[in-house]
Amino acid sequence: MTERTELTTTKTGESNERPVLPLVDIFEDAAGITLLADMPGVSKDRLDVKLDGDNLSIEGRVELDVPAEMRALWAEVSVPRFRRTFTLSRELDAARIEANLKDGVLTLRVPKQAHAQPRRIEVSAA
Amino acid sequence: MLETMLTRPQSLIDQLEAVRQLLSRASSIEGAPGSIRSVAYGAFPEINVGRTPTSVEVFAFAPGIDAKSIDLTIERNVLKISGLRTSGVPKRDGRTPVQLYSNERPEGRFARAISLPDDVDPLKVEAKYRDGVLRVSIALNAAVQPQRIAVQ
Repeated sequence: MTERTELTTTKTGESNERPVLPLVDIFEDAAGITLLADMPGVSKDRLDVKLDGDNLSIEGRVELDVPAEMRALWAEVSVPRFRRTFTLSRELDAARIEANLKDGVLTLRVPKQAHAQPRRIEVSAA
Repeated sequence: MLETMLTRPQSLIDQLEAVRQLLSRASSIEGAPGSIRSVAYGAFPEINVGRTPTSVEVFAFAPGIDAKSIDLTIERNVLKISGLRTSGVPKRDGRTPVQLYSNERPEGRFARAISLPDDVDPLKVEAKYRDGVLRVSIALNAAVQPQRIAVQ
């Protein structure tokens, strides 16, 4: 029961629990890859988007405005932390990643390197 | 009555992770009373419920929804949350070729119901949507809150 009480109260200290994988949509068009991740309860200052070489990691901590004297009756969200890592490939331009967080949905736009974008090759008449 | 949207992660590793989370959840809930309206893991939105001395607090984890499209009703102490979540993935229309690699985020109509304790006052409800979490505070009936009775 003590465990469940902690589930909905917010703790700022690091927990040892393994973070939850955020659900994602990933799609690619001619200009780049877009990643949408559901991270409800994560605000901008609790979100961490990190790039280490080819590894892109997204991490967020759920912070709810919970009254101090509240005790949990029911908890489906039990781990207040999201984390997921992706490997980028070389044709993507990691330096120009754009991140946007709105209503608990993180949108990452990873553009392709300019030279990797599809282009039409002109055939010149000999 | 309940519609749930189940979307499973797609890669093998993700599936294993989902199973692990399912198991850890099942074991942590064991022994605690289950609600007759509870649904399987993966339902949308996930819900936490808490209680303070003066209110019942319901947190629904529903990211990426227009707050105006959320429909909340309380009828005979059953709180119903429903709405529509649109997909963020562009439609395939042939003109803009889009390749989809992962489509785990639930979309479409959703609805969930939670039975509230008997002592809530259904007329005193506040709902706020912030960072993708809908918080509904339902005040407890003033008559059932502890009162001090003066002895004459």
